[in-house]
Amino acid sequence: MASESTMAHPFEDAPNHVTPTVIHDPILSKTDFRSVGTRPLRPDGLDKVTGRARYGADFNMPGQLVGLVLRSPHAHAKIKKIDTSKAEKLPGVKAVVTAADLPDHTGGDQSMYDILENCMARGVAKYDGHAVAAVAAVDAPTARKALKLIKVDYEVLPHVTDVDEAVKPNAPLVNPRMLTEGVEPKPKKASNIAKRTEFGHGDVDAGFKEADVIVTRSFRTEQTHQGYIEPHACVASVSPDGTGELWVCTQGHFVYRNHCAMLLGMDVSKLRVTSSEIGGGFGGKTHVWAEPVALALSRKANRPVKVTMTREEVFRASGPTSASSIDVKIGARKDGAIVAADATLRFTCGPYYGMWAELGSMTAFACYDLKNVRTVGYEVLVNRPKTAAYRAPSAPMAAFAVESVMDELAHKIGMNAVDFRIKNAAKQGTRASYGPVYGPIGIGATLEAAKKHPHMKAPLGKNQGRGMACGFWFNFGGQTCTDINVGPDGSVTLTVGTVDVGGSRASIALCVAEELGVPYEQVKCIVADTGTLGHNDMTDGSRGTFSSSMAGIFAARNAITVLRERAARMWEIPVEHVTWEDGHAKAVGEKYGNLAPLSLKEIAAAAGNTGGPIAGHSEIVADGAGVSFATHIADVEVDPETGRSKIVRYTVIQDAGKAVHPAYVEGQYQGGAAQGIGWALNEEYIYGKDGRLQNPGFLDYRIPVCSDLPMIDTQILEIPNPNHPYGVRGVGETSIVPPLAAIANAMSNAFGVRMTHVPMSPPRVLKALEAAKKA
Amino acid sequence: MAVLVSTAINGDTVEFACDPHESLLDVLRNRLGLSGAKEGCGTGDCGACSVQVDGRVVCACLMLGVEAEGRDIETVEGMSHGTELHPLQSKFLEHAALQCGVCTPGFLMAAKALLEHNPDPTEEEIRFGLAGNLCRCTGYDKIVRAVQDAAKVMRG
Repeated sequence: MASESTMAHPFEDAPNHVTPTVIHDPILSKTDFRSVGTRPLRPDGLDKVTGRARYGADFNMPGQLVGLVLRSPHAHAKIKKIDTSKAEKLPGVKAVVTAADLPDHTGGDQSMYDILENCMARGVAKYDGHAVAAVAAVDAPTARKALKLIKVDYEVLPHVTDVDEAVKPNAPLVNPRMLTEGVEPKPKKASNIAKRTEFGHGDVDAGFKEADVIVTRSFRTEQTHQGYIEPHACVASVSPDGTGELWVCTQGHFVYRNHCAMLLGMDVSKLRVTSSEIGGGFGGKTHVWAEPVALALSRKANRPVKVTMTREEVFRASGPTSASSIDVKIGARKDGAIVAADATLRFTCGPYYGMWAELGSMTAFACYDLKNVRTVGYEVLVNRPKTAAYRAPSAPMAAFAVESVMDELAHKIGMNAVDFRIKNAAKQGTRASYGPVYGPIGIGATLEAAKKHPHMKAPLGKNQGRGMACGFWFNFGGQTCTDINVGPDGSVTLTVGTVDVGGSRASIALCVAEELGVPYEQVKCIVADTGTLGHNDMTDGSRGTFSSSMAGIFAARNAITVLRERAARMWEIPVEHVTWEDGHAKAVGEKYGNLAPLSLKEIAAAAGNTGGPIAGHSEIVADGAGVSFATHIADVEVDPETGRSKIVRYTVIQDAGKAVHPAYVEGQYQGGAAQGIGWALNEEYIYGKDGRLQNPGFLDYRIPVCSDLPMIDTQILEIPNPNHPYGVRGVGETSIVPPLAAIANAMSNAFGVRMTHVPMSPPRVLKALEAAKKA
Repeated sequence: MAVLVSTAINGDTVEFACDPHESLLDVLRNRLGLSGAKEGCGTGDCGACSVQVDGRVVCACLMLGVEAEGRDIETVEGMSHGTELHPLQSKFLEHAALQCGVCTPGFLMAAKALLEHNPDPTEEEIRFGLAGNLCRCTGYDKIVRAVQDAAKVMRG
């Protein structure tokens, strides 16, 4: 059958990963559920409301030291010399490390080398906050004193932090050796453009000639941060025998293990990583920063070392998302049919190679069925922190630009914005602008639901406007390894390797309970350390519940095979005459039909005499993550005197494939929308002329608070994903894609002012309103 | 030079020694093993370290440990009575009002203080009452509903 694409990992640092369309045999095997779709309490809930849950900073080891990092105050500077001698002599200091303590073990792997250099500057500090040295001491005051005793001799270099400035011909070079990839012939002169990518099909120029109306606009979005409430924290312990332990808040402890082991020159199997409870990630905890440094400090001090970032460090020196600059051109006939669409996208990557414009290029037009489409992306180097993933990375900015132009185009043609999108929406069989052919998808259904939603007809108040927009995200599957172990009492331990960022343990347990035919309460889901399971990819790409439930269901099927064999042995009948129904082994066939069914508990109790422990295992690459679409509706009220905006009503409509635990699906929809609202209205990185970040704190980088938001209405649609046994699609990311555009469209509908710069903060809105008044 | 401090935490008399510059949050987390209060910012902007001091919500990161002398301090660890959860704790679970859960202890403390002062708050009063606590996961919808529901239960 036709199928949506399966991407290889969209967020790992290695680019060049996009694989072609994979055709799958559908594996959807169930549409009628007993456990799936209910809303039980999560297994980790009690610990989280009583303060018992242990997050990154809540763990300690005996003899533990405090590690602190010294960071560059310059946006771009050559490190001529680092003198650590005074710090080393300070009583209580047990180790000082610089890049010299992290020799290069990356063996020519450029992406890993970039990570190494990002963890600790090697000769050049490339952004305000770049780590240059670190200390481990007996307590925090001593460590702070030691940092002050480290003398770094800098030679300040010219810097550039702005995306449009960085692509100008005479811009300061962030990396003097960067020759643009993806351009033929390969340039001989270095620039800040790391890579050019192009997607699309048809003939765009010919398409525009058929257009009755063409809208062309340029947009900008500023850099934002994931804003997880828990700062990065870890405890590292390396022994002289070369083995190590790492306790860390991360979205993927297996990937952290692999990266840290490589950067430290350790065997992967000798580093055991345990993921703590995670206090938010949103893509920002998919990347190592302080962890290799903590391990290097521990190795040198021969003591455990705890490193906890401050909030200021999180803002200055973790991985925010890109700033972007985007040009969009769309042409349509009077009847509303789009004839051509074109976009050029420039995304900042920080000082290192990235794939952020590429993801923007792939997602920009993914909602629509287009004959002629082209997107060109440029990865732009700037003296800002290395960009990391942020929830559907790059899609919100691309959607902001495209969905704004879609609204304007609909207005010019005289069509309703929803109807215009319905007319051009992608459907099953549509060739996506980024290549593959879609299977069953939900964009049309979310639009139809939006059209019918009472929100669309509700009256608006003074100074209010209503806007809508669509969003797309690929979703990801990836490597997944899961165990099921049946206890002697028949209770089931489900061991997964995907970090639970927002209730996935409950969801995965629901799927396994469903497959085994036992109550949810009988299945306990835990997240295992790296010594317990095979490699698992990160919890990113909305893959946690999708992939681990798939592996969990397969593991349950393997356990059921064992359970049937054991029942057959207990009954002394051939296994072919044993089936599994409703949590029981049942004997079938004329000769055996009168045998009373055996429950999982009964079989488990007898396991010692029928062959030993009962378990099921599964290791898969969870291909076939169903693509995800959403439509959002936003009502905005703008104060024309101050330019301050407030969201007065908000509705999210999204396809979940199958909502395993609807409360946590709603939570993902609401949380993504709230982040998008913050991005749309307030949040931005503000750099000074000196290249220093001016607002590295929650007071000046203002994320939405409770009084800023209304209730966020949700509508879950379920268009089953044929490539998951229960039809599940990832649900975590798409909800952040439409808000920027939906809110910009609402402002345009309220005041006739087209906002082209996000965030639409009060000064920008006021300026736009005043300009409109004059015009 | 460490200072000896005598205080009450969750109804128990507690004595500890701390440096004069140490925050109450550091004392709770590092000296007393009460790590329910979290440090999200260290500057009083996120509310993840909210505790009650003499019935008022306080960011423990903005108060010195030595200022705890003679006070009555409540932390999330003292919210439930034995195995019986506080209605706010139960309702946060029932309404799925937490995702990552790191802000939850702070929200519970702030909501508890809010309902003690105003047992029947409007939605707007709840939203402003909790505006000092940041949550990045939920969009606050389910938190507000949980507090509304808990208030109803507590009013009886």
